[in-house]
Amino acid sequence: MAGADSDDSLYPIAVLIDELRNEDVQLRLNSIKKLSTIALALGVERTRTELLPFLTDTIYDEDEVLLALAEQLGNFTMLVGGPEYVHCLLPPLESLATVEETVVRDKAVESLRKISHEHSPVDLEVHFEPLVKRLASGDWFTSRTSACGLFSVCYPRVSSTVKAEIRQHFRTLCSDDTPMVRRAAASKLGEFAKVLELEYVKSDIISLFTALASDEQDSVRLLAVEAGVSIATLLPQEDLEALVMPTLRQAAEDKSWRVRYMVADKFSDLQKAVGPEITKNDLVPAFQNLLKDCEAEVRAAAANKVKEFCENLPEDSRETIIMTHILPCVKELVSDTNQHVKSALASVIMGLSTILGKDNTIEHLLPLFLAQLKDECPEVRLNIISNLDCVNEVIGIRQLSQSLLPAIVELAEDAKWRVRLAIIEYMPLLAGQLGVEFFDEKLNSLCMAWLVDHVYAIREAATCNLMKLVEKFGAEWAQNTIVPKVLGMANDPNYLHRMTTLFCINALSEVCGQEITTKHMLPVVFKMSNDQVANVRFNVAKSLQKIGPVLDSNCLQTEVKPVLEKLASDQDMDVKYFAQEAISGRIKKMKRNRK
Amino acid sequence: SALAMSSASTTPPSVDKVDGFSRKSVRKAKQKRSQSSSQFRSQGKPIELTPLPLLKDVSAQEQPELFLKKLQQCCAVFDFMDTLSDLKMKEYKRSTLNELVDYVTVSRGYLTEQAYPEVVKMVSYNIFRTLPPSDSNEFDPEEDEPTLEASWPHLQLVYEFFIRFLESQEFQPSIAKKYIDQKFVLQLLELFDSEDPRERDYLKTVLHRIYGKFLGLRAFIRKQINNIFLRFVYETEHFNGVAELLEILGSIINGFALPLKAEHKQFLVKVLIPLHTVRSLSLFHAQLAYCIVQFLEKDPALTEPVIRGLLKFWPKTCSQKEVMYLGELEEILDVIEPTQFVKIQEPLFKQISKCVSSPHFQVAERALYYWNNEYIMSLIEENSNVILPIMFTSLYRISKEHWNPAIVALVYNVLKAFMEMNSTLFDELTSTYKSDRQREKKKEKEREELWKRLEDLELKRSLQSDGIIPT
Repeated sequence: MAGADSDDSLYPIAVLIDELRNEDVQLRLNSIKKLSTIALALGVERTRTELLPFLTDTIYDEDEVLLALAEQLGNFTMLVGGPEYVHCLLPPLESLATVEETVVRDKAVESLRKISHEHSPVDLEVHFEPLVKRLASGDWFTSRTSACGLFSVCYPRVSSTVKAEIRQHFRTLCSDDTPMVRRAAASKLGEFAKVLELEYVKSDIISLFTALASDEQDSVRLLAVEAGVSIATLLPQEDLEALVMPTLRQAAEDKSWRVRYMVADKFSDLQKAVGPEITKNDLVPAFQNLLKDCEAEVRAAAANKVKEFCENLPEDSRETIIMTHILPCVKELVSDTNQHVKSALASVIMGLSTILGKDNTIEHLLPLFLAQLKDECPEVRLNIISNLDCVNEVIGIRQLSQSLLPAIVELAEDAKWRVRLAIIEYMPLLAGQLGVEFFDEKLNSLCMAWLVDHVYAIREAATCNLMKLVEKFGAEWAQNTIVPKVLGMANDPNYLHRMTTLFCINALSEVCGQEITTKHMLPVVFKMSNDQVANVRFNVAKSLQKIGPVLDSNCLQTEVKPVLEKLASDQDMDVKYFAQEAISGRIKKMKRNRK
Repeated sequence: SALAMSSASTTPPSVDKVDGFSRKSVRKAKQKRSQSSSQFRSQGKPIELTPLPLLKDVSAQEQPELFLKKLQQCCAVFDFMDTLSDLKMKEYKRSTLNELVDYVTVSRGYLTEQAYPEVVKMVSYNIFRTLPPSDSNEFDPEEDEPTLEASWPHLQLVYEFFIRFLESQEFQPSIAKKYIDQKFVLQLLELFDSEDPRERDYLKTVLHRIYGKFLGLRAFIRKQINNIFLRFVYETEHFNGVAELLEILGSIINGFALPLKAEHKQFLVKVLIPLHTVRSLSLFHAQLAYCIVQFLEKDPALTEPVIRGLLKFWPKTCSQKEVMYLGELEEILDVIEPTQFVKIQEPLFKQISKCVSSPHFQVAERALYYWNNEYIMSLIEENSNVILPIMFTSLYRISKEHWNPAIVALVYNVLKAFMEMNSTLFDELTSTYKSDRQREKKKEKEREELWKRLEDLELKRSLQSDGIIPT
């Protein structure tokens, strides 16, 4: 930082602080966001002795400003003189960690966690750990909440006496009077357990976990579920049954649906954490119950996990468990009363075919797929169609094609444009799996119909879809099937359809190659340069710019250039503008090519 | 036993909401307008209750015993989402509840000590339940119908019965407090999240009675309401019963003894003021403003922190909320003491000056209406030498530039009023208007230059130090 001092006099702190105190919040915010610049102007010493005390003393501001400050201070280590002085940042961050607004507090904690790593072990004990203790025993719940997030970062690097104190503080917060603090503690329990020695995990953490998991507030209990999963990964297999399973079992049957939802949501992690034996004995029945839960929210969360759960079952008994325990529940979910349950299931059910193999898929899963393909809810059908690839690998898509077609046609004509959009996106995939013959016969007309949809987003997606189809089926196919139809639209009375021709040409020229573009497309584009609608004409200019790279330079010079020049003298401003753009863009390109 | 309990474990669960459950897609799916407790699974087992004689048909000595039996029968909870099951028994329970309501209203000497736990048990079994997932995240009170509780035909009578019980002349809090305890209150408070406004209305009365009769529970109730509000503000922004709880608080605050305890002041500053930040403020703003004004009438010294709090949380983008804030401020100004007004007038009128020049005419209009308020006018007049310079720039500019002619007209009136109040200062401000603007522009330019110089410096340094300085 040599040479810093010489400039200091230029920037009296008063001026800078004036900026931080400006009446206009926006200006204050701007100044805080450039706090590092101010610190730099002051140099490390004055930042420590003047700027930081000012910030610490005057923390009463709009939360937005405080948030920016909390974030800045996390990156301030070098600006106060490096790790040796990093503890100077603690006082302002401590104040920020007690603020009411959650986002400010969380950011302050995040910054504190960050700079904790820059403390030496000695500084950690002398400066950082006392701060954590102060926060942990603060009067108002906010500081205690913040403390919860700081234990795990200092624990691994302090002496055993201090460690014991930290554990004690954490214990106290787990049984805090206010549910806000207990929630914060519950959400950090897993993280804290990870840095503790195994003996303390067993002696301390388990009892805290058990207590939080049976808290009177379900918002606390559900946070304990996630902690339970983390704790389970830390314990040796032989301790799991006695130490965590009773509590987890209880959570899976909690009277609050939110807790059960959480269990369902974390089910795959839980399964991995407890291993195959407990999975077989405990998780399978628990999973069945969740799939049959009385609340749709819980069933949907569980349905989402069906594939992952089955995949991770121990291989020796996987098929039996699925066939006898899981599949019956899945069958019921196919005709669930709630569409979100059905659609959650539809998004994963196809994955079961790889696990169960060809015969089981044909006998047991296929009827379910077919039922879901006929579901009244478009989202369910879409989810099935979007996962066809899994089935294709196992039994081939032909098995489904009879039912597939009506489903696709219906989605293609759905009244909601987002549904139509979604099915368009799967077209290239379907085309690849169903083959060119099937496609030409059954689906081609749909793809063309989308080009004249009344919603722009659909026409746009349809254009892009054509490009992907040509990538799959080749230029020759394009020339025989879609190009004539696309070009035919150039004579449509509706100017939007005529523009669609241009958009298609933009998308297709490159994949179709120079010959098709020059021979078939370009004449149509030229003809459209005389269109009576200005929007069509300026899109001609844009198209010519776009397809320029595909054409040879001779064609550009002798044919394209005159057309653009004519358009450049059009009476319409926009046409002129885009024609000129195209000309200058083209010139640039030619110059580049010459190089 | 004649009691075939359908759901054995009816220890009522808590109903907190947590982030992560606001998946709108799942919520939207629900088309049903009524909902029921989330504890029913398809049990299928019919509930059988053996009909008992009417209380009026038995002798006075036999009545207490029969009363208990009827209470026990009414612990059976029916699934109202299944409209076809247990029809006869549902009707029987309804008529029994009706009978119990009448009985506690008119009878004397029925309330034996044994009756208390049975009453509380019956009420608990019926009203305490896990509320089902809600779709009211997008609830718009002006557009949407609230979701109604399916079991209301029974539930209403249970609430009715409980209120009559609490209000009964024979009711003795000293006995009841063994059963109506902290846990009971906690579960009661959680029910305020019910989507059914009819239920919340009953709950309001119940809680009010309990607060009135159980002195030992008062601090606890206040603290739990505190927690509900804090979570509502800082964690979930979702709780259906905020307006009802505030309404109860309004009368609680009214009864606070003077001087106010630190606990109560903290509640005002750290809970009630932040409640103004919530998105759905319009649903409970009237009740909230009432509470605030109650506090200020109790202790005028709280005016400054309250107004500073409102200014801190002043809405940045939501004009509707701004109008609400302005309305509340006027209510506060209506009761403000002149000595308090002087303390807060500068920041206050800086904000009002911004509102007056809001491009949203409703905001500007609402702020300008202050000048129709005689008491506020008298305060402004007394302090015109401070307020006029703050307001002048905005007013002068709007009178020239605002798009809405109604606003311009209002501003003319305000300017006229100021001119009459303090013509010397007014003339002075008019004559220096231009030079003041120029001075401001110059200052603005200086700021830009300062930052430019600072940035150059930063660039230079970061080159020197090879990029170790964070930007």
